[in-house]
Amino acid sequence: MDLSTYPHAIAMSAKEFVDWSTNVMDDIVKATGVKRALDKVSDPLMNWGVRNSMYPLHFGIACCALEMAACSGPRYDNERLGLVFRSSPRQCDVLLVNGWVTKKLRPSLRRLYEEMPEPKWVIAMGECAISGGPWYDSYNVVQGVDTFIPVDVYIPGCPPRPEALIDGFLRLHQKIKKSKIGTFMDD
Amino acid sequence: MAEMWINMGPQHPMTHGLWNMRIKVDGETITDAEPVIGYLHRGWEKMTEDRRYPQIIPMSDRLCYGSSFTWSHVYCMAVEDLMGIEVPEKAKYIRAMSDELQRIGNHLMWLAAIGPDLGNLTIFLYALREREMFLDLFQSLCGARMTYNYCRIGGVRNDAPPNWDRDLVRTLDYFEKRMNEYEELVDRNKVFRMRMEDLAPLSGKDAVNLGITGPTLRGSGVKYDIRQNDPYEIYDELDWHMCTADEGDTYARYRVRMDEMRMSVQIVRDILKKMPKTGPIRVKPPRNAPVGTGMARMEDPRGESLMYVIGDGTDKPYRLSVRSPLFVILSASPVLLRGNKIADLPSILGMIDVCMGETDR
Amino acid sequence: MEENVTYTVEQVKSKISEAFPAAVKFESKAKPRRLFMTADKGSLFNLCKFMKDQLGFDHCSLVSGVDRCDRMQVVYHISSFSNNITAEIVVDIPRDNPEIDAITPLWEGANWHERETYDMFGIIFKGHPKLERLLLPADYTFFPMRKDCDTGRH
Repeated sequence: MDLSTYPHAIAMSAKEFVDWSTNVMDDIVKATGVKRALDKVSDPLMNWGVRNSMYPLHFGIACCALEMAACSGPRYDNERLGLVFRSSPRQCDVLLVNGWVTKKLRPSLRRLYEEMPEPKWVIAMGECAISGGPWYDSYNVVQGVDTFIPVDVYIPGCPPRPEALIDGFLRLHQKIKKSKIGTFMDD
Repeated sequence: MAEMWINMGPQHPMTHGLWNMRIKVDGETITDAEPVIGYLHRGWEKMTEDRRYPQIIPMSDRLCYGSSFTWSHVYCMAVEDLMGIEVPEKAKYIRAMSDELQRIGNHLMWLAAIGPDLGNLTIFLYALREREMFLDLFQSLCGARMTYNYCRIGGVRNDAPPNWDRDLVRTLDYFEKRMNEYEELVDRNKVFRMRMEDLAPLSGKDAVNLGITGPTLRGSGVKYDIRQNDPYEIYDELDWHMCTADEGDTYARYRVRMDEMRMSVQIVRDILKKMPKTGPIRVKPPRNAPVGTGMARMEDPRGESLMYVIGDGTDKPYRLSVRSPLFVILSASPVLLRGNKIADLPSILGMIDVCMGETDR
Repeated sequence: MEENVTYTVEQVKSKISEAFPAAVKFESKAKPRRLFMTADKGSLFNLCKFMKDQLGFDHCSLVSGVDRCDRMQVVYHISSFSNNITAEIVVDIPRDNPEIDAITPLWEGANWHERETYDMFGIIFKGHPKLERLLLPADYTFFPMRKDCDTGRH
C-alpha cells in the first residue's frame, strides 16, 4: 500500500472522499486475498445468471425473423434457454440482427445498439446480416452488419433453421463463459 | 387538446415488419396517419436486370417470405407468358396444391402474429405448432422450410416423394379437427369479438377504388377472387367457392381468412382426387426470351399479385415490375385508422397482415 | 355506366376505338380476358376516365415505368371487376421531359404506385396530391431504375 498516493483525508471534497475510500477498500481486499475468495463465488454465479437469461430485442427484419418466430414456437422452444423477447432496447442483452440492413435503417439500428446497456452482445443471423447475402449488388443494402456494429456470433444460413439459431445462442453461452463478467470489483 | 405526431417504429413489436406508422393523435383518438416505408428497400427490380431468368426464382421467393411459393409461382407464370410455354398438366396440379398449402401456412403465421397483439398468447403457440406440420410437408417435398426454390419456368423441380400424399391426407384430417378448436378459442372469446366487431368499417366501393384486393376486399362484401374471376392453372376445374363476408369491419376480415383456410383444405383434397398420377412435370424453357412482354396475376394470400416482364432477346429480363398487394393496402391504411383509438390499432393493422418484404421490395 | 352491364373484350375494343379513333392503338396479341393497347400522352387521362365511367374499369392494378434509353414509357394495368378484363396501356413519354398526367384522382389505388415510379425513374405525375420519395431516403439525388444508373455492384 503506497500511502503517498492518498491525499490528506481532512481536506477532501465529498467526491474525492468516496474515491479515496473505494481505493482503500479495493487495496485492502486485494492484499488480504478476500477479493480472490469472493471472485471464486461471484464470477461463476453471475456468469451463470447472465448467460441463462439473455433477453433479445423484439426486432424482426425479414425472412430470418420468421425462423426466429418459429424458434419461439412449441417445437423448438427457445424459452427453455431463458430467452424472453423484450420490446425496449433498454431491457435487453442481445441484439439479434436477422435480415438485410438498408442504408435507411442503419442509423436506427446503430441507435438501438447504443441504447442497450452494458454488457451486451450482437448476433448476426443469416447471410444478409453477415455480408449482404444474395443482395450483393444492391444500391441500398449494407454489406454486412459488422461494418457498423461489433458482432459476437455469426449464424450462417439462408434462412438458418431454428436449430441453428439455438446452436448460435449456445455458442454465445460458451463465449460468455470465457469472459469475466462477475468479478467482485474491477481488476 | 393539442395534437401531436407519434412515431410507431421502425422497431415496434406490433407492426410486424419494419415500417414507421406515424399517427397524429388528439388524446387517445387518431386523427390522421402516414405510413413511412422503405426500411427494407433493396432494389429488387434493379437487381433482376442483372440476372438470368432461372437465377431470379430464389430472389422471388424472398419477396414475401411468409408466402414465398406464390411469388415464385407468379414470376414463373409471367415468364412462361413471355416465352409462350405451356406447362404440363401434372405440374399445374402440383403448383396449385403447393399454392393452397402455402396459403394455409401463411394464414397460420398471420394468426400466430395477431394473437399476442390482442392479448391471446395461446393462439401463437397453437398456430405455430400447426404451421410446423405444413412446413414438414414442404420440407419432404422440396427440401426447405421457408424459401423453397421449387417452382421452375416450365413446371416444378421434382415430383413428390413416395407416401407424401398419405402424409398430406393425415395432416389435413388432423388440421381440420384442430381448426374447430381454434375457432372456439378465438370466436367464442367475448373480449376478442368486442375488440374486432364494428371496427374500421370499409364499404365495398371504397375498397375497390383504393385498390384493395384479397381477404380485405372480400371482407367488405365484394365478390372478387382471381382464382375464380380470372382463373389460372387449373382452378376452373376444381370444386370450391370463394369466401366473403358482408359487414366490412375487422371481424369480417378475420372471418374471411379463417374460412379461406378451410376452403384451402377442401381444394387440396379435390386436387388429390383429380391430379393425373403420371406425366411430365417440367418442360425445358429456352435460354433467351423473345422480344415482347409477359404478364401474370394471381391470388396471393394477401391479395392480387402481378408481375410484368419485358424481354429483349437476351437471357436477362429488360424490366421486371412487381405489384404487391400490401403496398396498396398500406397506402389505404390511414383511411381505416382515422377516428379510432390507439388501442384499436393492433386489431386493424393485424387484420391487414403486413409483410414488408413485398411492400418495399 | 348502367348497373349489371358486362362487356366482352371485343365490345370494349370497339367502344374505345369509337371514342378515341386516333389516340389509341390496339396490339394484335390476343389472350383471354386481356386487352393490349398503346395510347398518346395527351389523351391518357380522358381515356382512363372513359374506361372508368363508361366501361366499368374500377381497379388500377399497377403503374410502372420503363426506361427505353431513347424514351421513357409508363405502363398501366387497369382491371374491371365486373367484366373480368385486364387492360394494359403503354404510353411513351420523352426522356428529357418526363411528365404525364396522374390518374390518382380517378383511382386512389394508383397513389403510391405513381410515387414509386417517380422515386425510381424521375417521371413527374402532374396533379398527384403528394409526389415525394417513398422508398429511398429523401436526400438521395439519383433515380436508380434508369438505365444509365449503376447498381453499385460490390
